[in-house]
Amino acid sequence: MRTAVIVFPGTNCEHDVVYAMEALGGEAEIVWHRETSLDDFDGVILPGGFAHGDYLRTGAIARFSPVMSEVRRLAENGAPVLGICNGFQMLCEAGLLPGALIANRDLSFICRFVDLEVVDTDTVLTRLATQGDRVRIPLNSYEGNWVDPSASGRVALRYVDDPNGSQARAAAVANERGNVAGIMPHPERGIEDILGSSDGQVLLESFLQSLVDYPPVPA
Amino acid sequence: MTTPAGPVHRTLGMTDDEYESVVEILKREPLPAELAMYSVMWSEHCSYKSSRLHLGRFPTEAPWVVVGPGENAGVVDIGDGWLAALRIESHNHPSFVEPYQGAATGVGGILRDVFTMGARPIALWDQIRFGPLDQPKNRYLFKGVVSGIAGYGNAVGVPTVGGEIEFDDCYSGNPLVNVMCLGILRKEQLVLGTAGEPGVIAVLLGRATGRDGIGGASVLASASFDDETEEKRPSVQVGDPFEEKKLIEACLELYERGLVVGVQDLGAAGLSCATSEPAGRAGVGMRVDLDAVHTRESGMTAPEILMSESQERMMAFVSPDKVDQVLAVAEKWEIETAVVGEVKPGPTLTVSHNGQVVAEVPVASLADDAPLLDRPSARPGWLDDVWSAPASLDDVDPVDLLMKLLDDPAIGSSAWVHEQYDHMLFLDTVVGPGSDGSLLRIKGTEKALAVSTDGNGRLCYLDPLRGAARIVYEAALNVAVAGARPLALVDNLNFGNPEKPEVMWQLIETVEGISRACEALGIPVVGGNVSFYNETAGVDIHPTPVVGLLGLADPMPSNPPRLSRAKEGMEIWEVGPKPTDNLAGSAAQRVAGKALVGRPTAPNPEMARRLVNLAAELAHLVPVLHDISDGGLAVAVAEICIASGVGAQINHVAPGAMFSEDPHRFVVVMESGTNDLPVDLATQVGTIGGDSLSLGSGSLDLSNITRAWREALPSALGV
Repeated sequence: MRTAVIVFPGTNCEHDVVYAMEALGGEAEIVWHRETSLDDFDGVILPGGFAHGDYLRTGAIARFSPVMSEVRRLAENGAPVLGICNGFQMLCEAGLLPGALIANRDLSFICRFVDLEVVDTDTVLTRLATQGDRVRIPLNSYEGNWVDPSASGRVALRYVDDPNGSQARAAAVANERGNVAGIMPHPERGIEDILGSSDGQVLLESFLQSLVDYPPVPA
Repeated sequence: MTTPAGPVHRTLGMTDDEYESVVEILKREPLPAELAMYSVMWSEHCSYKSSRLHLGRFPTEAPWVVVGPGENAGVVDIGDGWLAALRIESHNHPSFVEPYQGAATGVGGILRDVFTMGARPIALWDQIRFGPLDQPKNRYLFKGVVSGIAGYGNAVGVPTVGGEIEFDDCYSGNPLVNVMCLGILRKEQLVLGTAGEPGVIAVLLGRATGRDGIGGASVLASASFDDETEEKRPSVQVGDPFEEKKLIEACLELYERGLVVGVQDLGAAGLSCATSEPAGRAGVGMRVDLDAVHTRESGMTAPEILMSESQERMMAFVSPDKVDQVLAVAEKWEIETAVVGEVKPGPTLTVSHNGQVVAEVPVASLADDAPLLDRPSARPGWLDDVWSAPASLDDVDPVDLLMKLLDDPAIGSSAWVHEQYDHMLFLDTVVGPGSDGSLLRIKGTEKALAVSTDGNGRLCYLDPLRGAARIVYEAALNVAVAGARPLALVDNLNFGNPEKPEVMWQLIETVEGISRACEALGIPVVGGNVSFYNETAGVDIHPTPVVGLLGLADPMPSNPPRLSRAKEGMEIWEVGPKPTDNLAGSAAQRVAGKALVGRPTAPNPEMARRLVNLAAELAHLVPVLHDISDGGLAVAVAEICIASGVGAQINHVAPGAMFSEDPHRFVVVMESGTNDLPVDLATQVGTIGGDSLSLGSGSLDLSNITRAWREALPSALGV
């Protein structure tokens, strides 16, 4: 089961995501954004960073990359698709997740550990977690403030405090089907106690498990 | 002595004597493009003409040094086939003129110095110094610089894992913005700034060349500030972290695939430096065609193209058969390229523009024939008075003084700053900002690198010899409490106007102090930078050397000491020589509102070695190890209490000893009964527990000191 970790010019968390996936027993490979086929992959992660320098608007240019039509195809087929930080912003721009991410309420970059609460466990990101559980992982963003005028997004994880003004205190959001998820904090930065927390493991393990048995067989 | 180009060379920051030297070298009047090249290459910033004579004092050799001073960055062997590259730089003057871009391009420049060597930059540290925050201009500069570091560093994708902050009146008209970068590389991937042999092609990579930063090295970095500083704004470059990020990845791919002979970044002196330095190192000549250079605007003159300091550019030297592959890698990463020249036999650098030769100079003369000045130096007459003034504090209430210290923006939490920086990228930051030294693991090995950057302008003002040695010893102790042994040092020497004999004396004493401390610790100086003319309206800054010390933890402690690991019932020990009541240059002296007087306590090389070794061993055994520095024992224990969320009782200690910053001392917190500390150095000074910090003469609520410490910087900034 292989995960494509997509790299755009300006992406910077790709090696961290590959490291974390491999540390948890998964198989992940870096794929350049001009790639036009993801046939060999079972799922996709769009890692964090500053794709195209965040110029124009976060994720606004990345959504036009050749690889994105493949990401859309996989998402529509029910394969696990996860956007982390900048990747979350891209999924919103691409219309694969509802809403958009705007500047933090205090107009300041935030890099620190935050506490999250598991709200919905029926997503590729949270299915091995328990509702109500707390997860402590690092946040690292300037545009982390999720707004969703349609109020159609499913909140998978929410901030215990409110660091950035995000609607419904949403830290992670999924589509209706649960196979596409975006998370603003970084689960890959929370997989080892020596770096401050291993709470992020359950999130990436949920994704890895989803590679095996998604899409769910219709009843 | 007037010459036709006389006024022009002065505008470019050149003296009449220097102009005459150029005429002598060329045996004729220089052409405009030639004059431009000499003016930037011979500037203080590029040629180190005032300091070079004295920098030879530094010890630079050790068996693990791979590349010493003189290249773009120092490189040391850290074992297991890995090398570490490190460098420190200043961007003081640009940051005063335009704080955001000044700080941002400082980050960009130091990164290029490191990835030019073949290394992937893995971490940054920023050392920033400003005037007091009660002045609006200083708040503006401080916020602008922090935003610039965050804006560039975060987007370029290199974590900023530490640094330091100092405030003093002397920096009001001249803030100091220094930045250090560390990179790692596999041994076989080392690249040098050489042009190679005749036939090699010069390929310019990165952003188009524009009119920004023209004369930055000569006009801005090598002159003092006055009322016309605003007019120098066009000399500040504008950075683009996205271009730099692509340039890093493209260059690393070129190195991995072995496609380049050598690489040189374009920083100060731009194309002038990036052609003449690599050619000079290789002992070859070069032909450069300015018509091939991709420019951002039309109509740029040859001098402008040669002097431009436009950011995010690199010069790659490539064998002719590999040029196509290099261009393909650049195309993949979406960076612009231009084939601008070819290496030639012989000693001449020939530059053409609009089809005509605009410069024809001996390559070596640009770097090697730069003026070397033996400027007069003199010990300041005022030092005797300053040294004889009393520097002890008898009339202060320790509890009150501790509260003032914790409420000070330089001592209180730096979270407002470092939480704006991505300090976790790459998953290496085991010990991050807000600690004595940073600890970065090297994945796939048992090892970790520790770095501490330290400076102390007040100490060095009172005694540059002792002060400079003490910042080296402090940095060494900081990496030791993270579990590492000192390995190598880089220094950034921020000074006033070198034309003043007192400033030269301060420089010479500082170099001596750093050298002696490095010799005592057995570590080499592998690189550095000198920033002169840090004065405004004739007033010089305190001599402010800043050092960056790299240490190696082998193996890394499995559970490194942290300030947050103190628990109820643990014992607090002070380890090191008995402190005196001399508070010369201390934070206590400053916060108590006393004059900056006295002579700082001398360091002790033997003690330094012993305590560094002891701390590096203890880091594998005890939960908390903390260097005693700003604010002395009292602040060190308070910081442990705040981080651990538990109080402490400190036994009665004389106020002098409570706040002393005498060198070679640290605090150990450990379970009671586990003491294995050397009896001649260790004293139990208290116990962890409760919800207040008691100093014997009185106590403070943990919640109150925590709030004061957290709010100190934000409230001083009014945010």
